[in-house]
Order: sequence, then structure tokens, then C-alpha cells
Amino acid sequence: MLELKNVSFTAENEEGSKDIIKNLSLKIDNGFVVITGPNGGGKSTLAKLIAGIIKPTSGQILLDGEDITDLSITERAKKGVSFAFQQPVRFKGITVHDLISLASGRDVSISEACDYLSQVGLCARDYINREVNASLSGGELKRIEIATVLARSTKISIFDEPEAGIDLWSFKSLIKVFEKMHDNLGGSIIIISHQERILNIADKVIVLANGTLKAEGTKDEILPELLHATDMGCSVLKAQTEEK
Amino acid sequence: MNNTELELLKIIADMEGTPEGAYNIRANSELESRRVTENIDIKTKTDKPGIDIIIKPNTKGEKVHIPVIISQTGLKELVYNDFYIGDNCDVEIVAGCGIHNCGDEESRHDGVHTFFVGKNAKVTYTEKHIGIADGKGESNMNPTTVINIDEGGYMEMETTQLSGVDSTDRKTTAKLKDNATLVIREKLMTSGVETAKTDFVVDLDGENSSANVVSRSVAKDNSYQLFLSRINGNNICNGHTECDAIIMDNAKVSAVPEITANHIDASLIHEAAIGKIAGEQLIKLMTLGLTEQEAEEQIVNGFLK
Repeated sequence: MLELKNVSFTAENEEGSKDIIKNLSLKIDNGFVVITGPNGGGKSTLAKLIAGIIKPTSGQILLDGEDITDLSITERAKKGVSFAFQQPVRFKGITVHDLISLASGRDVSISEACDYLSQVGLCARDYINREVNASLSGGELKRIEIATVLARSTKISIFDEPEAGIDLWSFKSLIKVFEKMHDNLGGSIIIISHQERILNIADKVIVLANGTLKAEGTKDEILPELLHATDMGCSVLKAQTEEK
Repeated sequence: MNNTELELLKIIADMEGTPEGAYNIRANSELESRRVTENIDIKTKTDKPGIDIIIKPNTKGEKVHIPVIISQTGLKELVYNDFYIGDNCDVEIVAGCGIHNCGDEESRHDGVHTFFVGKNAKVTYTEKHIGIADGKGESNMNPTTVINIDEGGYMEMETTQLSGVDSTDRKTTAKLKDNATLVIREKLMTSGVETAKTDFVVDLDGENSSANVVSRSVAKDNSYQLFLSRINGNNICNGHTECDAIIMDNAKVSAVPEITANHIDASLIHEAAIGKIAGEQLIKLMTLGLTEQEAEEQIVNGFLK
């Protein structure tokens, strides 16, 4: 279980400082947790705080009761935190097979690596020896990124907008990937997403807005509220347009 | 040969025991051993140090190994090796130089390799350079490669220098006739206060000749690299040169690609990029459980693979 206690994060730049996460306390149990909310609400920042890419300005992060706030990215990874980037990184010379081997921490056989790739909807033979470089499209990279997290199969897996850049056809199989992970892994799968279809498979939905916890509950509790808010937004817009 | 020398041979020429095919092993400026075959002759030059390697036309699938090792400190040599590759050949040549300098004096190998690639012949040429030092003496290598490719000929040159050579000045010139093709892949890594200068000059003289000169390098510590690459398009031709360098620590890298079109149908491209390892690359590998140092090694090894 992952727990955040009074976590705050303030970003500093030349123009001054901005509070991105404000005194946030959260408990994330095993299962499927979807974090949603408006752009700029602090979702990606929260994911980076959990992975250790950035450190909170104050507060604590606990993994199964152990304080991991001061642990490095590497140490957290070794304790079982995985993170799929919103914008995957490219590497010249490192092949898809290399990356999957690095992810799983051992020499993965070709057939095993192919299996991970097939799960994310890539025809494995075509990709296994390709370099993870600019020759791959954004959507391909995104799926390889998800495959690296599958290969790690850790207790905490965080996906930052996994659907971004993935075409509609593949989107369906993406949902299947998450459902399968959910069944096999038993840990927490944390997905940052705006997609209703991803929200639909959530055990728990967390709404983050303006750096604070706006709402938290099952999808049946949260979804109608969210959709209502969206409809409201639209009708207001519609009314404004009509006035003009 | 002692163990150090055998180890050097393994690194530079992938040789364990006696290699297949023809070979000529030069150790500390002396001929260590040689084998010629029916199709490949190796002769010691009479007018200057070095050898002639003569490959009969139509020889296919054969290999020649010509490694050079130096394990005496203070030894300096200059050798001339000429390769005559007959028409329609398809052969592989493995060269390389390893210096183990255990003393305090400079050891240096300067080699001039001249290739005459026959009509429609295909040759793959691999050279690896390495220095291992226990003492303070420098290990220096200055290889010069002169390439002449006849009509329809193809040459692929892979040149690798990954560690321990204190200073290197590498010159490669090439002239290509009609339909000839040249592919050069250079991999270079410098560390400490090493310096490496690479200078390629390719003349695309023939109709439909083409060249691709690609260099990938990593400069660490306080080392310095200078990459010069000039392609002259003198006919209907295609030329591409690319230099991609990772810079680390306090190293310095200069890349100077130059392309000149002397013909309306010459199509030439140059690319050069120098940059440090991207922070997000390190972070990504760290999220997979690697330490920062391990991540750096993976990125560098992948880049130079």
C-alpha cells in the first residue's frame, strides 16, 4: 500500500514559486486506481513524486508502511515502484530487447520479450531488434514503454496518460493489458487518465484539482459527478455561444 | 607469445589460437607468424617496412587477419601495408593494433594502409585499436588509410578505438570510380587526457558512386576529439556524412563536416550532433532499477554498439 501524508510540492523558477501539490494526503490500496482531474491539477507531479523523480517540499511518502520519501529513484525502483513516462525517452543504440531486459533485471529470452510486445499489440518480430530511437513513432514508443512496466511486474505501477498517442483501435487492447495486469499482479496499478473508458475499469477514482484532493471514491460514486460537471461546463459554454 | 600479447590479439582481432585463412601477425616490429593460402599471398616489402597482401580475382568468402601488437615500451614504428583486392572478390580483412605499454617511454604505431579494390569486388575491413598501460609511457597510434575503389567495387570499413590510446591522428582518404560504394563506420571513445583526431576525405569521382561516413563517439573526462569529414561530389553521386557525439565531464568535441558539390547531380548531406546524455534518459533507466552510473554505462555502450 502506498500512502502520502501531507505532501506538498512547490516548483521554483525565475518568476517565483508555485505550489503544485498542496498538503495532499492519500491512501492507495492494491487494485486499479485512476487519478484524473483538469490539466495543471498536479497529476503528473504526483506521479513523479511517487517515483522519486522529484522530492516533496514537505510531507512523507510511505510504501507498505516504510518511509521512502528520501529514497532515490533507483532505490524506489528496487523496492517495486515502476513508472511509465507520459513522453517515452529515446535511446540511440539500445534495442527494444535490451530495454525489456534492463526493465526485468535479467537477460530476457527473445520469446519472452516478444510476449510482452505482443501484449501491447506490437508484432514482436518486427520490433525486437529495433533501436528505441527516432525511427519509432510516438505510439510505438508508448506501447514499448508500457511493455517495460509489464516486464518489471512490480507491486506499484504508475502510468502517466498511457492512452495519449495510442490510436482508438489499440485503445481497446490497452484496456485488456491493464485488466490482465490487474488480475495477475495483485499490486497497485495507478493510471493517470482523462479517458472515461479507463475510469470505467477503476476500483478507485481520485480527482485531483489545483493540487488538492477534490474527490475520492469508487467509479460509481465519482463518475456521475464528473460527467455532470462536464455537462454543466458544456451547457454553460453552449449558453454563452448562444448569447453571442 | 606471452599472455598479455595473446590477450591483445583477442581484443583487436577476435583471435584465439590460429585464425582461419591467411594471416600475418606482427609483434614488436618483427614478423611473428604468417600463413598464405592459394588465393591470398602476403609478401614482405623489400623497399620499406610493411607487407603486400595480394588477393586473386574471384576469391570469395576468405579472410585475412593482419594484427599488430607492441608490448615493448619505447618502440616506435612506421609500416606500409598495401592491399590488392582482385576483381569480383568477396573478402574480409581484419586489422588492428594493440599496445601494451608497461614502461615509461612512448610506444607508437603508425600504419599506412593502401587499398586497391578491384572491379565489382566487395571487401569488409575491420580495424580495432586499443592501448593498455601500466606505466607512464604513452601509447600512440596514427593510422592512415588510402582507399581506391574501382568500378562497381564496394568497401565497408569499421574502425573502433575504445580505450587507452593517448593520442591518435587518423587520416582516411578515398577515391571512388563509377558505381563504387564506400561505407565507413567509426566508433571512438576517449577518456583521461586522450586526444583523437579523425580526418576523412572522400572523392566521389565516378558516376553513381556513393559514400556513407558515420561516426559515433563518446568523449569523457578531459579528453579532446576533432572530427573532420569532407565529401566531394564530382559526378552524379550520393554522399552522406554523420557525426554523433556524447560529451561528458570536461571533454571537448569539435565536428567539422564539409560537403562540396562539383557536379549538378551530386547529392550530399551532412549531419553533426554533439550533446551530453539527456537527463531523462538517465531517469528512465533509473526507474528500471539501475543506478545513475549503471544507466550511464548502458547509454554509452548502446551508443557505441
